[in-house]
Amino acid sequence: MYDFEYLKPKALAEAASILAGDGDAKALAGGMTFIPVLKQRLNKPSKVVDLAALGLSGIKVSGETVEIGAMTTHATVAASADVKRAIPALAKLAGNIGDEAVRHRGTIGGSLANNDPSACYPAAVLAMGATIVTNKRRIEADNYFQGMFATALEQGEVITSVVFPVPAKAAYMKFANPASRYAMVGVFVAKGPKGTRVAVTGAGQNGVFRHKAMEEALAKNWSADAVAGVKTPADGLNSDIHASAEYRAHLVGVMAKRAVAAAG
Amino acid sequence: MNAPFEGIGASMKRKEDLRFISGHGHYVDDINRPGQLYAYIKRSDRAHAELRGIDTAAAKASAGVVAVYTSADLTGIGGLPCGWQIHNKDGSPMAEPAHPVLASGKVRHVGDPVAVVIAETKQQAKDAAEKLVVDYKDLPAVATVTDAVKPGAAQVHEGAAGNVCYDWEIGDKGAVDAAFAKAAKTVKLDLTNNRLIPNAMEPRAAIGEYDPTTGEHTLYTTSQNPHVIRLLMGAFVLQIPEHKLRVVAPDVGGGFGSKIYHYAEEAIVTWASGKLAQPVKWAAERNESFMSDAHGRDHVSTAELALAADGTFLALRVKTLCNMGAYLSTFAPAVPTYLYATLLAGVYKTPAIYAEVKAVFTNTVPVDAYRGAGRPEASFLLERLVDVAARDTGMDRVEIRRKNFIPKDAFPYQTPVALQYDSGDYVSTLDAAMKHADWAGFPARRAAAKAKGKLRGIGMSTYLEACGIAPSKVVGSLGARAGLYEVANIRVHPTGSVTVFTGTHSHGQGHETTMAQLVSDQLGVPFSQVEVVHGDTSKIPFGMGTYGSRSLAVGGSAMVKAMDKIITKGRKIAAHLLEAAVEDVEFKDGKFTVAGTDRSKTLSEIALTAYVPHNYPIEELEPGLDETAFYDPKNFTYPGGCHVCEVEIDAETGVVSVVNFTAVDDVGRVVNPMIVEGQVQGGVAQGIGQALLENAVYDQDGQLLSGSFMDYTMPRADNLPNIKVGTETTLCTHNPLGVKGCGEVGAIGSPPAVINAVVDALSDYGVRHLDMPASPQKIWSIIQGAPRMAAE
Repeated sequence: MYDFEYLKPKALAEAASILAGDGDAKALAGGMTFIPVLKQRLNKPSKVVDLAALGLSGIKVSGETVEIGAMTTHATVAASADVKRAIPALAKLAGNIGDEAVRHRGTIGGSLANNDPSACYPAAVLAMGATIVTNKRRIEADNYFQGMFATALEQGEVITSVVFPVPAKAAYMKFANPASRYAMVGVFVAKGPKGTRVAVTGAGQNGVFRHKAMEEALAKNWSADAVAGVKTPADGLNSDIHASAEYRAHLVGVMAKRAVAAAG
Repeated sequence: MNAPFEGIGASMKRKEDLRFISGHGHYVDDINRPGQLYAYIKRSDRAHAELRGIDTAAAKASAGVVAVYTSADLTGIGGLPCGWQIHNKDGSPMAEPAHPVLASGKVRHVGDPVAVVIAETKQQAKDAAEKLVVDYKDLPAVATVTDAVKPGAAQVHEGAAGNVCYDWEIGDKGAVDAAFAKAAKTVKLDLTNNRLIPNAMEPRAAIGEYDPTTGEHTLYTTSQNPHVIRLLMGAFVLQIPEHKLRVVAPDVGGGFGSKIYHYAEEAIVTWASGKLAQPVKWAAERNESFMSDAHGRDHVSTAELALAADGTFLALRVKTLCNMGAYLSTFAPAVPTYLYATLLAGVYKTPAIYAEVKAVFTNTVPVDAYRGAGRPEASFLLERLVDVAARDTGMDRVEIRRKNFIPKDAFPYQTPVALQYDSGDYVSTLDAAMKHADWAGFPARRAAAKAKGKLRGIGMSTYLEACGIAPSKVVGSLGARAGLYEVANIRVHPTGSVTVFTGTHSHGQGHETTMAQLVSDQLGVPFSQVEVVHGDTSKIPFGMGTYGSRSLAVGGSAMVKAMDKIITKGRKIAAHLLEAAVEDVEFKDGKFTVAGTDRSKTLSEIALTAYVPHNYPIEELEPGLDETAFYDPKNFTYPGGCHVCEVEIDAETGVVSVVNFTAVDDVGRVVNPMIVEGQVQGGVAQGIGQALLENAVYDQDGQLLSGSFMDYTMPRADNLPNIKVGTETTLCTHNPLGVKGCGEVGAIGSPPAVINAVVDALSDYGVRHLDMPASPQKIWSIIQGAPRMAAE
């Protein structure tokens, strides 16, 4: 990696101000993507602002929402009895990200700020209609994801937590890329306060997206058969050495069907 | 009191594991020498380009930089040598283009080294390397063997017309043609053996150090054969005589063949450390491993089998195109010829075989031996072809094999492709594997799988390999430029403990345990009193290293020969002490005894006498008890066996799961059953990796698309079943231990068993063959295409 200045502020305002004041400064959450990027010299930040001392981790469950602090690790979410009770699909999703080591470092805020097109969390956030809370505002999921590695976050804006409305039914099915184990296709289905929603990660050229045709089918008839009949066009889907766009389109259907069946 | 059994046949825990699992292994990158500098290799990002110039000024001026070298600076240095020469059909030698240490004039693959930056820190070397300005003029590139032989294809080397390195043949073409002409049935199959990247856990590393007061160079390197590196680099590249060049290969974290070869980086750090009179370290980052470690496999073949009406094999005809990559790696030319085509008889008594092998250059990383080396390519071709022959002729897959096996009373058996097998019993391994795998119970398991919506298939391979490499005279006549004997030095210390110096090298195989057991067993010395030393040319007389499952068969046999000398001398000393005739002294269980009496001396008493020779036949016998032996094997060894694989396929997604795997191998005498089991399981894991997961993919411009673990699918624990391992033993008849070797059987036997199972699972879809890897996308495409194919 290139040399940079490492900072570990103790207050959110201080972190935000450093990041706002320097366009080349970067925030560090769990670092599970960022540190490999640095090691490969694909990024040359002036400062790396470690968010670990800001007190941003923790899980709060009320009757209607699950709020997860931005620096909460995947392992914590996966092991949380509260999350398992309120949104078991979310705990299960977190428990299948990366490997054990990654789950003990990687965070929900880091995953969402990075918005890797093959990450799992974006599918959960979009399908459940979660709210991204930052040091400046609250951003609805539908406005947050803006394409591959692109989000609504502004320079100096730091995610502090994510608020999930508790759905009546939800499930996530991931078809892992055989090599990287990222989602080659991941489908999150949810029926809850924000409606019946289906979000697809890993497949789209522009990152996570909502599958409107499946949502309509499920709104009429919440059943595996209902989504099984919906054809996903291959246009706009990724194609690589592991999966053609057509194969991904097919897998979207299979994963959606299995997710609905798992959601009950 | 009975001592615990520690000798041949005991599953002793591995001596080396305490240091490995407690973080005390000592690898090249753990070594740091005083005043050490760091080298960073600038590599080509182009597959094929003219190298018009490198502007090094900014890099040289960069902070901490001590030197920047390009090929222009390497005056008086030879190219990297190739250790094997193959001849064409017409008798002319293969094309052998220069392989410069740093690219000169042209770059020929992504990863080809173009310059080296040496600085005080690795960071500084990397920073400076970014300031190198390389002037490339791109040239058209060629990445696959099929493209390389097309008319008008881009030429990788001026001296290799049509990109052909050699066009070689073996066998009796006339006999094969005649057999095909009169055959009742013929079967033809086109197949590809996928290209693999070895990915040893420890990336390659090297440190060069020079002592100006003695003129001695030391190279610490991640090598499977330090003496070979000393020979090749000293004699051919840097012109350093052996007595001034020490090569140390300390703990090495896996090799699988990829650390046999002499690589440019070894020569660079040795040369630069001499030039700068400071130690120079280079350690590969993982992305460099992908683009600079020799790759494996990469064959495209057509195979044809002629059969009599009753299914008897009459003749085999094979045509193979194999990829050499951009340059000839150390043993590359031998792999698709003498380690592949000579294995095409397999376990079958096919009377006539003819194979043509054309090796071609491409703009890819050099290809060389990788676990199994040539033999997995042969077993995959043959065992797929036999299954297809059964299918096409309506015979049972097992019966067609039984019918054509070389019977156990036919040994020694001369094949039509040069090899003479010494021993084997293919029915015993087949029967045992079918029993352990419950082959008979498969239909019920298939029905149960079908009930839950899964396609279940079973497949087998009955394979053979040649290892224990190799008789020097034979390989010399086949083009080897080295002998392939092995060397052992057995040193019995004055108090009776033993140090064994071996020219083989352990990089995960457990030699420190297996060889200690062997010596403990033969000399009757406790296991804990035997230490095995390897990997340092300054300690070990000589050696050819570890590859081709040779360490026990050849290296162990050298130990037996050295121990025989120890025992012979010991008997003379004992006879003196016991006042008996030498011929009356017997050696057994660590004791020299006068036959028919209870008068005896232990080995440690004899050793003490040998080093403190007060009462000693000093006129006739030298003091000391320290013997060296060179052992040149009389033949290859021929392990073989039967692997049975059972898979389930999720037809909706195309995912193949290996649900059962049984390997029953004949590896000759087993010294440590636990280590054999681990070796076979590791090999099977790599074989399943090749069959289902791994694939090195280049695009048509020669860019490596699977250049990291994000895209190159390594097998992981959850891809593998609990692998059942059994052994059925026939002894090797020509080495003193009866051992055959177990390092490669897993990788050789398993891939065809897996694919045969996958094809069986897809039998409802009319599938006759599919190439590796059987990825989910490939299986899904086949299932999608099947109804359409049926309609046509």
